[in-house]
Amino acid sequence: MALLTVKDLSLGYESEVIAQGINFSVNEGDYLCVVGENGSGKSTLMKALLHLKEPIKGEIIYGDGLKRNETGYLPQQTLIQKDFPASVKEIVLSGCQGRCGIRPFYSSEHKKLAKMNMERMGITSLSDRCYRELSGGQQQRVLLARALCATQKLILLDEPVAGLDPLVTEQMYELISNLNKEGITIIMISHDLGAALSYASNILHIGNSIFFGTREEYAESGVGKSFLALRKGGEADA
Amino acid sequence: MLEKLLFYMNYPFVRYALIVGVLIALCSSFLGVTLVLKRFSFIGDGLSHVAFGAMAIGTVLDLSDNMLIVLPVTVVCAILLLRTGRNTKIKGDAVIAMISVGALAFGYLLMNIFSTSSNLTGDVCSTLFGSTSILTLTKSEVWLCVALSIAVVLIFIFFYNKIFAVTFDEDFSKASGVNADLYNLLIAVVIAVIIVLAMNLVGSLLISALIIFPALSAMRLFKSFKSVTVFSAVLSVICALTGLLISILGGTPVGSTIVAVDVGAFLICYVTGFVAGGVRR
Repeated sequence: MALLTVKDLSLGYESEVIAQGINFSVNEGDYLCVVGENGSGKSTLMKALLHLKEPIKGEIIYGDGLKRNETGYLPQQTLIQKDFPASVKEIVLSGCQGRCGIRPFYSSEHKKLAKMNMERMGITSLSDRCYRELSGGQQQRVLLARALCATQKLILLDEPVAGLDPLVTEQMYELISNLNKEGITIIMISHDLGAALSYASNILHIGNSIFFGTREEYAESGVGKSFLALRKGGEADA
Repeated sequence: MLEKLLFYMNYPFVRYALIVGVLIALCSSFLGVTLVLKRFSFIGDGLSHVAFGAMAIGTVLDLSDNMLIVLPVTVVCAILLLRTGRNTKIKGDAVIAMISVGALAFGYLLMNIFSTSSNLTGDVCSTLFGSTSILTLTKSEVWLCVALSIAVVLIFIFFYNKIFAVTFDEDFSKASGVNADLYNLLIAVVIAVIIVLAMNLVGSLLISALIIFPALSAMRLFKSFKSVTVFSAVLSVICALTGLLISILGGTPVGSTIVAVDVGAFLICYVTGFVAGGVRR
């Protein structure tokens, strides 16, 4: 059974439907990239997958014994976080909160897990630094380490490279790709079609037309071709 | 000066004022960090005006104990305010402004129309600025305050990690299975309790200062959530104590004196932070 199956999903706000007829499934070890125009419902889809928002129609089925608190999430940065006085250690550790249940404090196991994930992301040397003083790329690594504390199975990333410079963007993609090779399933929202086509195993395109398939199929499909052409045109204009 | 202080200490009402002052300063500083970061700095103001309105209703109804109506009304409003912070047509700051001004106006209106007191302006003034109420505390009020303070401190320590996680990133917390709504509710209730308590000390108008100044001062100097929280609690207690002593010795109004000391401490922290670490964004 698939890790995640979505059947005939409709998304929107109140009565306004912004995306409908979404069908896809994610198997363990997949790297799914969600692409589409601005406002096509990518972030709303992510919120639905995380149980933050009820879908209007359709269902999301979690399989393979994936529990609700076994999903890691790398959200887009919020305004609150920009001047939050917190050390890197505290933030990474807060990823274990879902495992705590009613326990008030973190166990030494949680601390070990946080330390391990900080090493994994190469931010151990930053552990006592203040989050707001870090660079954009470092902040994303911190949030990724936090997400890893919450899960060993599935990570959802919402525009993980937004606002990063090209070099750091490339490093971030490598990092995510390595996690995928270690066996973690990735679902990523991206504007960056180039990266989607070079790293992802599957692509979900939402918008006026819906497409779901492998990246090779996408590059050959009508939806993919027209979207690619649009993007290339846009880049040429810029 | 010391003799004068010792002389005043003989009076129970001075001792009560010191105990209650320190406890309230401690409690109010705890959630300050969370509130400032959640962009709810003004919730203290809004809720204290609600408490003022409720108190006016209590006075008109001639209740023997105003707490019976003030506490529940304030708790309900706190929950509503923090809930409407997200996903609503009227944004958080606008709701706070509406409720705050509305409650203030209705409170004064009620007191004006139905008041039996001969000194209405004095009553209103002391509720708003808390000019004398801390010096007229009864023993049972002191005990109530002690009990509620202990409860607030325990709740805060017990849920410290959860409050941190929910404040830093609500969506992530929810996604990883934390019951964020429950903790937001808890935060709202605790804030309401603190505000009702603090009304005795500094009055409605100055509660915001008691909540946000220690947090803002600490945020100038410290970099981790834990150190910010601890420092703001310590600073708040020191400021409250200093303010109380100054007002006892100098005969100045209690609430405004404490807030003045808080402002002074903030300026010192600001300059220190500026000198020590350069400009922090």
